[in-house]
Amino acid sequence: MTRWLMRRRVAAWLIFGGFAALPLIAAMTGDPYLVVVATRILAFAMAALALDLILGYGGMVSFGHAAYLGIGAYAVAILSRAGITDLGAHLGAAVVAGALFALVTGAISLRTRGIYFIMITLAFAQMAYFFFVSLSAYGGDDGVTLAARSTVLGQDWLHDDRVLYYAALAMLVGLYLLCVAITGSRFGRVLTGARENPLRMQAVGFTPFRFQLTAFVISGAITAIAGVILANQASFVSPSYMNWHRSGELVVMVVLGGIGNLLGAIAGATLALLLEEWLALFTDHWRLIFGALLILVVLYSRDGLTGLFKGRGK
Amino acid sequence: MTSLFLLQLLNGVQLGVLLFLIAAGLTLVFGIMDFVNLAHGVIYMVGAYLVVMFAGLTGSYGLALALTLPATLAIGLVLEALIFRRLYDRPHLDQVLATFGLVMVVTELVKIIWGQSPLSVLPPDALSGSVPLVGALRYPVFRLVVIAAGLAVAVGLWLVITRTRIGMQLRAGASNRAMVGALGVDIGRLFTVIFAFGAMLAGFAGAMVAPILSVDPGMGESVLILAFVVIVIGGIGSVKGAFAGALLVGIVDTLGRSFGPIILRAVMEPSAAAQTGRVLAPMLVYVLMAAILAARPQGLFGARP
Repeated sequence: MTRWLMRRRVAAWLIFGGFAALPLIAAMTGDPYLVVVATRILAFAMAALALDLILGYGGMVSFGHAAYLGIGAYAVAILSRAGITDLGAHLGAAVVAGALFALVTGAISLRTRGIYFIMITLAFAQMAYFFFVSLSAYGGDDGVTLAARSTVLGQDWLHDDRVLYYAALAMLVGLYLLCVAITGSRFGRVLTGARENPLRMQAVGFTPFRFQLTAFVISGAITAIAGVILANQASFVSPSYMNWHRSGELVVMVVLGGIGNLLGAIAGATLALLLEEWLALFTDHWRLIFGALLILVVLYSRDGLTGLFKGRGK
Repeated sequence: MTSLFLLQLLNGVQLGVLLFLIAAGLTLVFGIMDFVNLAHGVIYMVGAYLVVMFAGLTGSYGLALALTLPATLAIGLVLEALIFRRLYDRPHLDQVLATFGLVMVVTELVKIIWGQSPLSVLPPDALSGSVPLVGALRYPVFRLVVIAAGLAVAVGLWLVITRTRIGMQLRAGASNRAMVGALGVDIGRLFTVIFAFGAMLAGFAGAMVAPILSVDPGMGESVLILAFVVIVIGGIGSVKGAFAGALLVGIVDTLGRSFGPIILRAVMEPSAAAQTGRVLAPMLVYVLMAAILAARPQGLFGARP
């Protein structure tokens, strides 16, 4: 085992161990809100992980990943309204719907490269956004409040914030291991090869398009799972989950943690959301400071945000 | 029915002309500098707010418009000098992130200065009436002025690009930036001019629609995304493509919203048709984009994919 792999394993234990201990800290400090914030962080960490899978390893900058958060969230809302409250069904529907949307939009978007790809993924996400805005049966612009959280085996265990939190943490760890397996596999190496030199990959007999589309679909499905967690945490679903600002924030999280570094994506999501929460303590206009910080970091760090975290990452 | 069609067609052309004003600046910057500017939409929004503010101060829409143009030009110059200039050689991702940060900053600043609630401004008295078009159909004068102004800008832009020295440099810069620089053109200055000019076009568009639409902090975003769709359809870097794409998107979007439900009513019951139409209409331009891309990934007039 190389030293780098050792270090990554230690970092993973530290991060997930920290998350596992967090509800205890919240109980000791008497601040239950911490668990609520942390659940949101876990959900966004899943989404950032999924985005890093295609952005970091596949070189595909999707600027529309918030659409999958929304698709996952609406899977919960729509099934719950129909009387199906089981978490398994919600997750299944979210994964299928997210994968299908990714398959169709990805197949079209992947015909293009670079900046076209960024704009097209953004446009498709906006399409999904407007679809749910005009869906008046589910509250349109205002969204819907969920009657209750998803049930597990018919029980409303997730009603307890801490149970939901640990369920989300278990999912995050599972998805992280899945992504580590994917990126370490032959599939992942072809994906990275297609990022570096698609022509050469073609020359040695692979079709980059198929690998990229598969990764895009996997990423969409994982992000939809994050949407299921978000909907359960807030007990509320609205098109604002799909706002393009959120897609931008997801990209920021991935870049913040170091592109092509799965643990980094989780750390980036944590940092970005903590910064948001912290800035929001001082002013309603926290986006002003967040945006200004973003500009400054991009301008003054040679390799963008990742430059600040050199030494870690790949 | 025919008069309704004509009315909506004019509305579509008006939206298209507006989108062209935004997309032209965006595609010049893209095509020539290879620069992604997500903040282009907020300059359109700032143009609208400025015209409302200046109209309040001077009491005249015309005067306000005359003040808004140099103001947005100046904003373009300042942003170029402070931020964009440092990002030309950076990867697209850096440009996207920095301009995304700028969107957040400008949107919040607008909320702080002018508040969250929508503002409005009246068109000048001389242009506030409506004129008869065909039969009983009347159309607001100001909307016709917007269409005329947009078309005039399109023609002017075409003349500048095809007939002037700076236009020649622009076209050359779009195909080979390094070569143009080697031939002695001051690339840095050319970029500054394009950026400021693009910002002014966006500001002009914002100022022109302020009397028609409500002016609110979200107005820049929807237009920015539509302008992206326009550019993707037309082909990056092609002003001709931006014009064709803008008219296509404007007309398809407007006609889809008004006639979608009517057409659907032929195949389903009225209430279901109205509901389905409402849901599908906003997606129409994206379906159009997908269809065009599936056939031509580089867009209608684009040279490279």
